[in-house]
Amino acid sequence: MTEVKLTVNGVARSDEVEPRLLLVHYLRETLGLRAANVGCDTTSCGACTVLLDGESVKSCTVLAVQANGRAVTTAEGVVNADGTLGVVQQAFREEHGLQCGFCTPGMVMAVTGLLAENPRPTEQEVREGLEGNFCRCTGYHNIVRAALNAAARLQGAVPSGTVPSNTEVSA
Amino acid sequence: MIPASFEYEVATSAQHALALLAEHGEDAKLLAGGHSLLPMMKVRLAQPAVLIDIARVPELSGIRVDGDEIVIGATTRHADLASSEVLAAEVPILAYAAAQVGDPQIRHRGTIGGSVAHADPSADLPMTLLALGATIEITGPAGTRAVGVDDFFTGPFESVLQPDEILSAIRVPRHRDDKAGAGQTWGYQKFVRRANDWAIVGVAACDGRVALASMGGTPLRAHATEDALRSGASIQEAAQLAAVGTSPGADFHADADFREHLARVLTRRALEGRTG
Ligand SMILES: Cc1cc2nc3c(=O)[nH]c(=O)nc-3n(C[C@H](O)[C@H](O)[C@H](O)COP(=O)(O)OP(=O)(O)OC[C@H]3O[C@@H](n4cnc5c(N)ncnc54)[C@H](O)[C@@H]3O)c2cc1C
Ligand code: FES
Ligand code: FES
Repeated sequence: MTEVKLTVNGVARSDEVEPRLLLVHYLRETLGLRAANVGCDTTSCGACTVLLDGESVKSCTVLAVQANGRAVTTAEGVVNADGTLGVVQQAFREEHGLQCGFCTPGMVMAVTGLLAENPRPTEQEVREGLEGNFCRCTGYHNIVRAALNAAARLQGAVPSGTVPSNTEVSA
Repeated sequence: MIPASFEYEVATSAQHALALLAEHGEDAKLLAGGHSLLPMMKVRLAQPAVLIDIARVPELSGIRVDGDEIVIGATTRHADLASSEVLAAEVPILAYAAAQVGDPQIRHRGTIGGSVAHADPSADLPMTLLALGATIEITGPAGTRAVGVDDFFTGPFESVLQPDEILSAIRVPRHRDDKAGAGQTWGYQKFVRRANDWAIVGVAACDGRVALASMGGTPLRAHATEDALRSGASIQEAAQLAAVGTSPGADFHADADFREHLARVLTRRALEGRTG
């Protein structure tokens, strides 16, 4: 066993783990944070996306020990302090950016990471930025709208709730 | 899928990593980004007894200018190459190629050294470094040796790297704007059918050197094309020779004939300076 010390959603954690424990299993099973899903388990689908020191990673392909000393953020961690949905989550809700919801925690974290790196992405940049996240339900258009909606809100351009949900997005 | 059990060691310096390699012998493997190794360990294609994590060694990471070369530390990540101002200014093809690897999450973890050491003939960076005429710096018990990229890859997933050695850095010749203001002349083509996939065929062309991915057991130079260009052939004519001397395989994406066709078409586009 190896000791890991890290912060998860701002909370300091310290655990003895087997080196082979994957970060996604550490989050889901050791900590009970079940937002990050295991979809493909082969680094393809992005359902397990979390932020590691603010950058998006696929937690099915990171060992918990590789996160030692670092900060992990999951979809649970982007909820506002009062329990209401965070900006990106709210944008997904408004734009109907989900159906079954399986991909959504990963999508929310991928969008959060993307907007941290590129606060004003074009539609094309959003599509390329989400290349590592698959959705089997929505056909992506509403997810792209949600990302652009979130970008506008984070820029303070649009107060909450005023982005028209039929924002033009090309096919 | 969960990898088989292993011991985990964190290297604090390149020398420490070498010592750990010496201590654990062939049972040990270096871990950089883990984005080739961990998937292989999950499916038991690799089952090392010890992983030596080199991703936290400061001296192995970063991009710096050294005289006529740009030196890139082995654990520099794809995302850092893609966003590097030095590379954008002087070796834009390498920044572009790094941005074509997988997807953003993969680029936040995977490293240039891991990609080159892994020696996948369909990978983006090995092909690009071949087109650039890069030098691979290898550190072992006896010191550091430099191997030209043309001599580095020996077969599919095989190279001259020995189990007791570390790929420590990659040196790329600088392409400073010459007096006429002309920088690097380059083009890059990657043919894929799915998002975040490896090239079915890839072509990197840079200042008269042309390299191919997925056209044989290693990344390959298109020597016949390069020779034709040097003797004054048109791009169209030279690109027709792109598959000469290659030995592409067949898989569910493409058979060998289709790969040869792709090599010719993509080489023409790359020589025309196009990306895609
Ligand atoms: C879903 C998916 C899609 C991908 N798509 C692409 C793609 O489109 N194009 C592409 O080019 N690549 C692609 N990759 C591979 C990716 O680029 C990997 O990051 C890279 O091949 C390996 O780098 P790493 O740092 O993760 O290496 P690791 O997985 O840590 O190591 C790989 C191998 O190299 C050895 N090694 C690592 N560093 C060193 C070193 N410094 N010295 C000696 N040996 C070392 C390790 O022991 C291991 O054997 C993809 C990977 C995945 C999972
Ligand atoms: S479960 Fe990690 S990428 Fe699909
Ligand atoms: S909402 Fe079902 S997979 Fe995306």
